[in-house]
Amino acid sequence: METATISVAATEEIKPPLTGIGVIGWARKNLFSGKFNTVLTLLILFALVKTVPPFIRWAFVDSLWSSESQACKEAAGACWSVVTNNFRFILFGFYPYDQQWRPILAIALLVAFVIYSHSRRRWNKNLLIAWPLGLALMGIIMHGGIFFLPEVETEKWSGISLTLLLAIFGLSAAYPLGVILALGRRSRLPAIKALSVVYIELIRGVPLISMLFMASVMLPLFLPEGITIDKILRAQVAIILFTAAYIAEVVRGGLQAIPRGQYEAAEALGLSYYQKMRLIVLPQALKTVIPPTVSILISAFKDTSLVVIIGLFDLLKTTHVTLSNPDWMGFSNEAYIFTAMIYFVGCFFMSNFSRRLEAQLKT
Amino acid sequence: MNDKIESQEKLSDSPIIQIIEMHKWFGDFHVLRDINLSVNKGERIVICGPSGSGKSTLIRCINRLEEHQRGRIIVDNIELTNDIKNVEKIRAEVGMVFQHFNLFPHLTILDNLTLGPIWVRKTPRAKAEDMAMYYLEKVHIAEQAKKFPGQLSGGQQQRVAIARSLCMKPKVMLFDEPTSALDPEMVKEVLDVMIQLAQEGMTMLVVSHEMGFARSVAHRVLFMDFGQILEQNTPKEFFSNPQHERSKLFLSQILH
Ligand SMILES: Nc1ncnc2c1ncn2[C@@H]1O[C@H](COP(=O)(O)OP(=O)(O)O)[C@@H](O)[C@H]1O
Ligand SMILES: [Mg+2]
Repeated sequence: METATISVAATEEIKPPLTGIGVIGWARKNLFSGKFNTVLTLLILFALVKTVPPFIRWAFVDSLWSSESQACKEAAGACWSVVTNNFRFILFGFYPYDQQWRPILAIALLVAFVIYSHSRRRWNKNLLIAWPLGLALMGIIMHGGIFFLPEVETEKWSGISLTLLLAIFGLSAAYPLGVILALGRRSRLPAIKALSVVYIELIRGVPLISMLFMASVMLPLFLPEGITIDKILRAQVAIILFTAAYIAEVVRGGLQAIPRGQYEAAEALGLSYYQKMRLIVLPQALKTVIPPTVSILISAFKDTSLVVIIGLFDLLKTTHVTLSNPDWMGFSNEAYIFTAMIYFVGCFFMSNFSRRLEAQLKT
Repeated sequence: MNDKIESQEKLSDSPIIQIIEMHKWFGDFHVLRDINLSVNKGERIVICGPSGSGKSTLIRCINRLEEHQRGRIIVDNIELTNDIKNVEKIRAEVGMVFQHFNLFPHLTILDNLTLGPIWVRKTPRAKAEDMAMYYLEKVHIAEQAKKFPGQLSGGQQQRVAIARSLCMKPKVMLFDEPTSALDPEMVKEVLDVMIQLAQEGMTMLVVSHEMGFARSVAHRVLFMDFGQILEQNTPKEFFSNPQHERSKLFLSQILH
């Protein structure tokens, strides 16, 4: 505090040289510093000029937004009508048409929860209780069968609701499971350690697709007659088990980065194993592995689209079905751009969140 | 010197730490050999000896950061065994200060200090914070309570580490070379805190080569080499008239 007065006086006198500031200064420093960079800048400018205007013309100028499919076939630009005309099917699939306000409500609830939880200052015990309750409420809204809500069996859940369901439950269950597995792998108890190692290595040696196949085709063969497990639940479990193994390995890396002195200081205070891990080791370890963890969560989110191969209709599959309608065949660019944007919003949100979280946790 | 003699008279003769014929190996390496040591309440012991002689390992056995394999260690009337509940009980009564401070970097200074009282002693938070502030004042660092360890100098961090241990109201304090990772100008501020602690009658085992500190506060100096306690004596006798060949050699090396 004492030094502050000195530095204020010093900065007032010296100003930066003029060439270093302003648009010209910025361009010279960042775009045209040296021959190679100048050539690179010009090449990129050329490529942009060649591609951006035609794309804008296709996507916005010559495009059709709410026409019949016949009009689209004659248009020169994009046919966004494929999206607007099939909007509700792409998003909600086979969920009964007159009940589709329910997935909308559930998703709105989810978005509200996510936005509210965005800031770390709001994290407390109440929020920790509110989340499972909120998720259960979303499930009730979707499933119905109580109050005045007619029941909608899970087979009919499709489109974006299915994608979000698989992703949210998958990620929020896989994360704690992965942390437990990572702790297990570093346990001093040989049985727990061996179990964790076998589990992690086994799962990592198998592609997600084959796990989904096993869950949907093989598992029922082993179940006693008359007992069936919901198909979505089976896929969900496969995704959780799969993602958890990868999270476990990332978290293990974080645990290994914690110096021995931290464990020893915690033990010397008399903390129990559980307290030591919860209060000292995990907060530090999980913080250092936020970036790779979020990478795994993002790819798990996108991998939920693999459930198409066991006959579930997620967002990608409903898009695909729309395009198999003879009226709308051939407009796959437009439809997939739309779907891609939905995935992008989800992924962008996650990576943005992780960056903010890292900044907030920086000490 | 006078302070020391004064408190020496108050020494109670019930041992708080008893180590009996204790051995320890790292793999095949016999790191501690036949250690016998009894420490009375209020007694202050400085342990010195060449690097690798087993000083750290010895004091780390006392709160079972290391396990001994033969013999017995009894602390505060509890024998150290594999019973983890007993170990945790002893650790709560035995404070430890490390060479590299080992503060928790993700917690503020205040939270570093209140962690043990809140979670181990089940002290209410408000009371734990009052106590933390009391000890922070004692080590002359109360104004840093809201900062994180990374924002403090080495000497400040080590004083926080001492305060963190004191918040547990320990019966014994172990110090493992508390000043050897510090820049020279910070050594004194830490030693002053330790001397003050000694004057208040704390039972202390200090691994250190700070001979001035040993002279002014220790009741006994232990000299270790090859995993054995080769010599023990009052600081005055030990420094002026070392008995063992190895102690003579060691003293001639560190005093120059
Ligand atoms: N965890 C360990 N595993 C194997 N050897 C160790 C371990 N810790 C210490 N040692 C060895 O034990 C000996 C005594 O170490 P230490 O007690 O740290 O000595 P000091 O503190 O006197 O310098 C050294 O030779 C050291 O290399
Ligand atoms: Mg040592």
